[in-house]
Amino acid sequence: MILSESWLREWVNPDLDSHELAHRLTMAGLEVDAVTALAEGLSGVIVAEIVATQQHPDADKLRVCSVNTGSDIVQIVCGAPNAEVGLKAPLAQPGDKLPGGVKIKKAKLRGVESQGMLCSAAELTLSEDHDGLLALASDAPVGKGITEYLDLDDRLIEIGLTPNRADCLSVLGVARDLAVVIDLPFNEEVSASVEPALDETFPVTVLSPEKCPRYLGRVIRDVDINRPTPLFMVERLRRSGIRSIDPVVDITNYVMLELGQPLHAFNLEALEGGIVVREARPNEALTLLDGQSREMTAGTLMIADEVKPLAMAGIMGGEGSGVDQQTRHLFLEAAFFTPELMAGRARQYGLHTDASHRYERGVDPELPYRAIERATTLLMEWVGGKPGPVTDISATEHLPVRTGVTLRASAVEAMLGIEVPADEVTRILKGLGFEVVVDSAAQEWCCTAPSWRFDMGLEADLIEEIARIFGYDNIPTLPVQGASQAGVNSETTTSLADIRHRLVSRGFNEAITFSFVSPDAQALFDPDWVPVALKNPISSDLAVMRTSLLPGLAGAAAHNIKRQITRVRFFETGLRFLPEANGLAQTPTLALILCGARTPEGWSAQSESVDFYDLKGEIEALLAAAAKPVTFRSAIRAGLHDGQTAEVVLGDSVIGVMGRLHPTAASELDLPDKTFVAELDLAEVLQRAMPDYHDISRYPEVRRDLAVVLDKQVAASAAVDLVKAAAGEYLADVVVFDLYEGEGVAENEKSLAMGLTFRDQSRTLTDEEVSNALAQVIDSLTEKLGARLRH
Amino acid sequence: MQALDTLKAEATTAISSAEDASALEKLRVEFLGKKGRVTDLLKSLGQLDASERPKAGAEINALKQHLNSLISERKQVLQSAALAEQLANERLDVTLPGRGEQTGSLHPITRTIERMAAFFATLGFDVVEGPEVEDDYHNFEALNIPAHHPARAMHDTFYVDDNHVLRTHTSGVQVRTMERLAPPIRVICPGRVYRCDSDLTHSPMFHQVEGLLVDQNVNFGQLKGIIQQFLASFFEQDDLAVRFRPSYFPFTEPSAEVDIQCVKCAGKGCRICSGTGWLEVMGCGMVHPRVLEMSGIDGERFPGFAFGMGVERLAMLRYGIGDLRLNFENDLRFLSQFR
Repeated sequence: MILSESWLREWVNPDLDSHELAHRLTMAGLEVDAVTALAEGLSGVIVAEIVATQQHPDADKLRVCSVNTGSDIVQIVCGAPNAEVGLKAPLAQPGDKLPGGVKIKKAKLRGVESQGMLCSAAELTLSEDHDGLLALASDAPVGKGITEYLDLDDRLIEIGLTPNRADCLSVLGVARDLAVVIDLPFNEEVSASVEPALDETFPVTVLSPEKCPRYLGRVIRDVDINRPTPLFMVERLRRSGIRSIDPVVDITNYVMLELGQPLHAFNLEALEGGIVVREARPNEALTLLDGQSREMTAGTLMIADEVKPLAMAGIMGGEGSGVDQQTRHLFLEAAFFTPELMAGRARQYGLHTDASHRYERGVDPELPYRAIERATTLLMEWVGGKPGPVTDISATEHLPVRTGVTLRASAVEAMLGIEVPADEVTRILKGLGFEVVVDSAAQEWCCTAPSWRFDMGLEADLIEEIARIFGYDNIPTLPVQGASQAGVNSETTTSLADIRHRLVSRGFNEAITFSFVSPDAQALFDPDWVPVALKNPISSDLAVMRTSLLPGLAGAAAHNIKRQITRVRFFETGLRFLPEANGLAQTPTLALILCGARTPEGWSAQSESVDFYDLKGEIEALLAAAAKPVTFRSAIRAGLHDGQTAEVVLGDSVIGVMGRLHPTAASELDLPDKTFVAELDLAEVLQRAMPDYHDISRYPEVRRDLAVVLDKQVAASAAVDLVKAAAGEYLADVVVFDLYEGEGVAENEKSLAMGLTFRDQSRTLTDEEVSNALAQVIDSLTEKLGARLRH
Repeated sequence: MQALDTLKAEATTAISSAEDASALEKLRVEFLGKKGRVTDLLKSLGQLDASERPKAGAEINALKQHLNSLISERKQVLQSAALAEQLANERLDVTLPGRGEQTGSLHPITRTIERMAAFFATLGFDVVEGPEVEDDYHNFEALNIPAHHPARAMHDTFYVDDNHVLRTHTSGVQVRTMERLAPPIRVICPGRVYRCDSDLTHSPMFHQVEGLLVDQNVNFGQLKGIIQQFLASFFEQDDLAVRFRPSYFPFTEPSAEVDIQCVKCAGKGCRICSGTGWLEVMGCGMVHPRVLEMSGIDGERFPGFAFGMGVERLAMLRYGIGDLRLNFENDLRFLSQFR
């Protein structure tokens, strides 16, 4: 909300400059987002009148004007279309410097001297309007400074109000808070009730009193809507961002800004029978003041007459019943609508108006009385008219209940950590409009909140008021003690941070990708999942919750490859969202992607592309301390290469998958053919075994190497498992150190070389013992896998 | 013994100019070998007069010893020269880069969350996490934001269905923690949050770290204390000016927004702080009594305070990152700066 500082100062005028005033408002919870000077550098600009014009001899579009400055007649060359005799407009004189930086000096325009410049509103930075000169009122005093005449020595204070402070959506509200903050009196003038000049009333029926507990209305006859809105009012509206329409609408808007009460003026002659406040009927449509027709949904509160809908209550008036240039008789409305029942309603229609903004947050239910009198007074002053008596339909049982709240001094001190002097508490509460009964003995205040505060039902609500006016700066900064209980630290679960740091040490870069992905990318890896779809996605590319981290990582890799960074090692951790039969599983997941060269580019070796075993090595390293045996099982998965994909199995449960991108997927994702990905259940990765300690042997170990020729289809793990089973108790380790296919080995065969290490805890093994063990291994490999020794 | 002197001179010259170990060995054999010339001299002693023998013998032996030591000195010289040559030949260009994997990088967001968690861990705060598709109750209702509350308009919520949203803050995790644990409670809740808003300064997904302390005798002054300490530690600036401004959140009361003195211009006013000299960095407040009550905590006995901050905002201020979107592009030229 934007307020004119000079308007605010009419109500409360502290001896502070604008900056300090804004600071005090901010520190009281009314955050000032900006203070903008309305106009600067206009000190030399005056009101001037065009007294004669003639065509410029050498330019069709220019006129040579004789202009009265109040002390002189000067010659001004001007191109504005409205530069006519009799017009009063701002004149910048030689020596002036306008806000835009233009320096005014005597100059010849196409050979004719001009002694200054007549200005548009835009040239004075008063508005965007540069279609012609700023036309001043015919009674504007010639020669007077424009700053003084238009009261331009003002600043706009923009306040970002929190939703609980609807009471400050007015000059009145801000002034009231400011007065308490500064501890200054506050010049609140309440208009006296207007003496009705007519007996006439217009019938009002409220059929939804729970939504509209109070409706005030009055007939005003014989207004002259063709009179101008007074300059001060146009200016104040403009400074708050409201355009002048006609004096009746302007006055209702002015009172809304001044007091906070939205008002609506109907054209009385457009109303039939009487006002009916009711809910919208099925299929009811209304063309609003914005010119658009809207179909009403059930539950929308309407202001109607006996025949037709007139307005959406508290949101916007209808086109057919508003005032226009022909209107002579008014029905003026000031109502209270229940905030909770107004909330969200305007947004449902894509609307947000000054009225709906206030009603949703809560308008003082007692304010309609004051506001309707204030508006009537202003109307009578500026457009004339004869008012009737106020019709008041109030359903008090539906009005907000103002409960008493007891504030204890002890609670204030406990919550804030400081004792606020009792007198100060009393001053603050009273200043904010609370009815306060002080119980000095009990050190308590029995408070009833003012009708304009809807957020004052609890003691804590009052403490907050005390705190913000007392000043957060005055609350001491106190030390916090550490926890008295020690934390728990399990050795069999590592932290996510630990896993991340391990990966970083192994050359991975952490990526963070969006949790929502495109449906296509999701389906590429998980066609069988129906993902959770957002009802209001930001775009179709970010429409479904990921069932896998791989689409995001693939995108991250592709982003870099497009930028010539071809070696990519990314990991990401985060949730994936799997709609399972018994509900949505939100599973912490770790994903990896590798592509490009195996080692960073360097001078010492030409690096080959990564392959399956590079990624597998990373996973083995991650799971090196797993509590159960880790195995890899050939598998087929969507988006992955049929021959280079494995399930990662921990004990007997599958905890993830790894493999090469399917060539089709790789090309669809703009990734290299040799791109490898893995996705693991993070909770499993975090589990680790306690170290299984045993003494190291003091006796030498014996190594025997063995090369066997096997059918190509036999898995290396089958051979290794068999070695372990057959080698007996002295086998300490077995490692595959060579795999050979090609010349010298049949096409359907491969040669596998294994190194076996034998050892005993208590003695040196004999040659015979080792040879026997080896013989058993060879027999077993021959018998079970059809292997033969390679010589 | 003219011959002896001649021999000595000849041998000395030969040894000192021997080029390598084998030449030296040849000289040793020539002079000192079994059939060497010095040995021959010894053998010829017998031809001398018995009275001359001891002196001549001593002289020949002295020569032998002299030559021996010359040879071994020369050997040393040759060996060190050979070693020096070997080392010279093995000289490397030490400026070439080392071999092997480079260090990767932790995302600046994660790095920032880790620093925050490390600070609060010293005060006994545990890290807890929770669901990102959250039910309406935990994201709104339990935080004193009933349906149609104007505060919901501040949230730009992504909806999954009528009763589920993508969490708009991590506060739901605090609620779940209060439901699960009895006071005293000290937790921080880091994680991804979502708002339906995307432009230069808004990302539909971003990160928050929120904290909650529920215990006896907790007050607003302590909240100020912990935030002040945290921010001074985060920016490693002991005298960092911090200001608490009254504000409104449905789930805390009293509530405050926290500003720090602009880290760019030290409060003088610049583009980063829109000329105000202050930067808004977090929100906090005393937990609203209704929030405690809904989570089954007796607020009279166990009051609490809570705070929350945007990780991107703090990371960007800390590292001077100007564009929010860089955080989610995963450009390696960006990421690899955070090793």
